[in-house]
Amino acid sequence: MAYAGAMRLSVPSVLRFSWLRELGAAPPPTSPARGLGRRLVLLLLTVQGLTAFGLITLGVLLTKPILARGVIFNLVRQELARAGLRLLPMFLFLAAALGFLVIGQTVSWLTRVGAIQFLGAVMVPVVVRELGPSLTALVVLARVGTAHVVELGTARALGEVEALEALGIDPVHYLVVPRVLGMALGIFSLTVYLVLGAVVSGYVWAFLQDVPLTPGDYFRQLTGALRGLDFALLALKTCAFGAIIAVVTCYHGLAQPLRLADVSAATVRAVAQSLVACVCVDALFIIVYLLAA
Amino acid sequence: MTPSLQSDTPLLEMRDVTVGTLRNTDAVVASGVNWVVRQGDFWAVGGLHGAGKSDLLLTAGGLLPPRAGELWLFGQPTSRTEAAHLTQRLRLGVVLDAAPLLSHLTVFDNIALPLRYHRNPPADAVETAVSEFLKATGLLPWASCTPAIVPRAWQKRAVLARALVLRPELLLLDCPLSGLDGPHTGWWLEFLETLARGHELLGRRPLTLAITTEDLGRWRGRARQFALLNHQRFQVLGDWPQVEQCAEPTVRLLAGGHTADPAHLGKSTETRHPERT
Repeated sequence: MAYAGAMRLSVPSVLRFSWLRELGAAPPPTSPARGLGRRLVLLLLTVQGLTAFGLITLGVLLTKPILARGVIFNLVRQELARAGLRLLPMFLFLAAALGFLVIGQTVSWLTRVGAIQFLGAVMVPVVVRELGPSLTALVVLARVGTAHVVELGTARALGEVEALEALGIDPVHYLVVPRVLGMALGIFSLTVYLVLGAVVSGYVWAFLQDVPLTPGDYFRQLTGALRGLDFALLALKTCAFGAIIAVVTCYHGLAQPLRLADVSAATVRAVAQSLVACVCVDALFIIVYLLAA
Repeated sequence: MTPSLQSDTPLLEMRDVTVGTLRNTDAVVASGVNWVVRQGDFWAVGGLHGAGKSDLLLTAGGLLPPRAGELWLFGQPTSRTEAAHLTQRLRLGVVLDAAPLLSHLTVFDNIALPLRYHRNPPADAVETAVSEFLKATGLLPWASCTPAIVPRAWQKRAVLARALVLRPELLLLDCPLSGLDGPHTGWWLEFLETLARGHELLGRRPLTLAITTEDLGRWRGRARQFALLNHQRFQVLGDWPQVEQCAEPTVRLLAGGHTADPAHLGKSTETRHPERT
């Protein structure tokens, strides 16, 4: 990374994370106000670093769309298998559990207020718009995002990034772009399966609770509550979650030379920052839903 | 298609270059470096541990921008545009001691990676080309293994094969003999000498070589030009007889004539830059 950063000249030393080490090595703050100030500066620098890394990745993605497509497509396929296909059994279980949770909780309330005709409609804001994408992102972050930090941190520590640059291969193109694409597609696909599974299992649980609702009525309620915008925003939101998680986790794996002892701390940081970033993006999407409503 | 070079055009030229280091943006490992590598040359650059040989090689290979001065590769100044720079970079191979095989790929896939990435030939062409290099480097038994189970000496050969697979015109090697036992050292010396003379892998075209070393004596009779990196200064020594006549204590030490204690040879770069390990 350092070579690529240095060679491009336009990319500053932000990738080397030296500022973070300098701040970390600074003497402890002498007052709570200074401690708060240091945390604020660290937060701003982290946001700056993540933004720069995200923009570099976007730049590489846009300027090298077909370079080495055989190699890159293969890596995207591997990432898609890891962040999608291999998690499918777990997501089928989660879908069944999610349907049970949502329907199990809502049936009793809707029956009490005589609004059982909204059972299908409830699934749209709860599962399609919110829980589906968020739960998928959370699980993929835990299962695959953490692995990114460890893998890339190790690759960096072993000198594999330097090896790529010595071969004229852009490490961002080879290591980050496939993860961003694979994770965005993986989270989108898994969310679709999770939502479909939760909708079906929801009806099964309603049927088992003797709710007087035919499958036709249930799905009519569902489709009646769905809008075209839901499909577009679901795709956008899930892809954004995937890209954010990939960028944040790759950043923490690659941006600084990690020692073995640093890996766990970097992983925790990456998970926390991914989570916060996803919640912020989710809030933006809620605003879009509200404006569209 | 690489542009043709006139026979007297240097493949690598450093003009009053100041060499920085990756570890410390403020540190300088050498200044005023003037070095010309011509087609057919075989350079051995000696230096003590921590003298900055790797940084010199990185700078020469266009992987680390000079802090000052000019670097010319294949008769052209190193370009700041990525595409032009890549074209220059693909004409030279760099073998770094600190740049190992990629751990998630097999030895075969590691060697095939530059071909697949930069040239994207059909699978059978990759198979044929990589097999030639595996055979020439004795790596066939390790082809399907991941680096974790390949001994370090064989990994070094795989790194060499990976650097050669794009058939470069100039090959830069950072301390190629470090950590090798006698038989492997012998193989490397013979193989590099064959490359310099013209190996059938590269169509019998003589390959221009520049290596760094902590033992100049090993390259006697093989390298044709010698240089020294010491005390932030790059000094061209000439051919081996001139190395033997050199009275500089560090040269005597590196040439194997004396066993002086490096501590008595003045401050090393390592002392000046303790962050380098």
